[in-house]
Amino acid sequence: MTASIAPALVDAAQGPALHIPDGFLSTPVAAAGYVGTGIAIAIAVRRTDSRLDERAVPLMGVMAAFIFAAQMMNFPVAGGTSGHMLGGALAAILLGPAAAIIVMAAVVGLQALLFQDGGLVVLGANIFNMGVITALVGWAVFRLLAPLQRWHAAAMTVAVFAAGWLSVEASAVATAFQLAISDTSPLDVALPAMFGVHALIGIGEGLISAAAFGFVLSTRPDLVRLQLGGGSSGSGGAAAEGDAALAASSMDRGTAAGILGVGVAIAIGVAFLSPLASGDPDGLERVAEDEGFIETAEDAWYEILPDYTIPGVDNEAASTIIAGVVGVIVVTGGVLLGARVRRRGTSSDPPALTEQA
Amino acid sequence: MIAREALFAERHIERDSLLHRMDGRVKLPAALLYIVAITLTNPAQWATLALLALPLLVVVAISQLPLLLVLIRSVLGFPFVLAAVPLMFTEPGEELFTLPLVGWDASVEGFQAVVTIFIKSWLAVLVGVLLTSTTSVGDLLRALRTLRVPKLLVAVVFFTYRYLHVVGSEGQRMMRARDSRAAEIEGYRSGGSLRWRARILGFMVGSLFTRSLERGERVYAAMQARGYDGESRFLTSPRLEAWEIAAAAAFVAYGLIVQFGMRL
Repeated sequence: MTASIAPALVDAAQGPALHIPDGFLSTPVAAAGYVGTGIAIAIAVRRTDSRLDERAVPLMGVMAAFIFAAQMMNFPVAGGTSGHMLGGALAAILLGPAAAIIVMAAVVGLQALLFQDGGLVVLGANIFNMGVITALVGWAVFRLLAPLQRWHAAAMTVAVFAAGWLSVEASAVATAFQLAISDTSPLDVALPAMFGVHALIGIGEGLISAAAFGFVLSTRPDLVRLQLGGGSSGSGGAAAEGDAALAASSMDRGTAAGILGVGVAIAIGVAFLSPLASGDPDGLERVAEDEGFIETAEDAWYEILPDYTIPGVDNEAASTIIAGVVGVIVVTGGVLLGARVRRRGTSSDPPALTEQA
Repeated sequence: MIAREALFAERHIERDSLLHRMDGRVKLPAALLYIVAITLTNPAQWATLALLALPLLVVVAISQLPLLLVLIRSVLGFPFVLAAVPLMFTEPGEELFTLPLVGWDASVEGFQAVVTIFIKSWLAVLVGVLLTSTTSVGDLLRALRTLRVPKLLVAVVFFTYRYLHVVGSEGQRMMRARDSRAAEIEGYRSGGSLRWRARILGFMVGSLFTRSLERGERVYAAMQARGYDGESRFLTSPRLEAWEIAAAAAFVAYGLIVQFGMRL
């Protein structure tokens, strides 16, 4: 069942893959999207207001126009399809999460208002998926993996790639869940399909983000160094100061660990929900009933993992979930490594970037 | 395609109709509430959908927009309907047909659910098209302010709109430059590996980022030279007229009455 929708979604992904139109989310889900986005934007506005003062509006406005343009630029993939980026992770890495959330909110909001790219009532959910989630996940992953560059110079590139890939993946998973809760798309189709398709799309996001970051690092290293050094070690320059203000709006690494911890917990929860569900139907069925997706849930869990046995890897749904678990483990490992480096590094200065390209 | 459409979308904002003259501060809330009314429709409530579609025909007529433009713009989001199609096969109910080869059973209930979602989405997009092609962006932003969207965000959205085409055409120039250097000859493999192509685009994006950042700094300096102090000021809005509020309220009330009245 899952196999056939993927290519069609890849085609659709050239256009607005994650922009949910009106009518696809139930009213409670759409309202929840506005609540979540409202809180995130309120916090982001307060942080940027105090850190950025009067530079905030023109800088972030032009940056949002940049993300807009970057989303339009594409490269040929194969068979007439093309890849482009979402940009949330890159914006968060270069501008800090608070500024990135506002920039992405402006981008997604204008896309809905000007181009009917995504609905108006579901706009809250769309900003949450494509702006808040991508910015927070991308920034947290980068922040935790970047210190690994002490061991190997390429770690920085890998960190940006991972940030881009995971940000798209998290966004897609959130979209799938919202569609499922709204009874629009069954979870056992939407989740593997969105996860699988965006695993591929995320590679493009990761590659473009990593290359763009490398380019900025070699042409304007001041931006990136200030971002990582926490802003205080900046050596001056009027332009650099403005950028430092943008960069300084980022939270500290402990917050990053917190965000990622919660994310990893959710991811592991999702990945392992399936076997647990058929193992303990009583408790979980009630939850599913409360959430109103009991039908979908039953379908999913019995089809993906019938009788606790993990089917052959040729089963796409199962292999997607296995891949998901492996991905979670790899990221968790990376996070733990990062944390170790971080612990070791606390006694000395914050990690400085090498001047190489 | 979306980008090309964007260039033409605003052409019709300068038309003069009753709908164009209405203030964005009543049009935006009315459109949002009407879309909520549409979204609330349960599967297979065809009469409700028909009654909700009726006033949209009237509004299209009032707006004096070219019918073709409205239709084209309203179908841009259609690919997303794929997300709902699997529902046809998972919803339990009377068997409609069996898909050959794979053997999935489609149910009548599932089919109705998909069609309902499809129509709801189309009607909602239609409302959005009517709103955005008859309201200027400045008007919409003022409406956002009345809906208590933070001032900083509204101001950023305004700047985004202002520099959208500037940065956008800069990006397009870079794309054109790349394409003119990378000729494609039929039958020959063109370009490097996928990774290489993504990397080139990444460099272009990075380059556009630094250019945009520097532009942002210049814009800020220019504004500062003209007395900008960080405070975003909005022009005082004209007073809303009674007919605007009445018309918008009647529109929303009709939608909600149809939605809930048809359930009795």
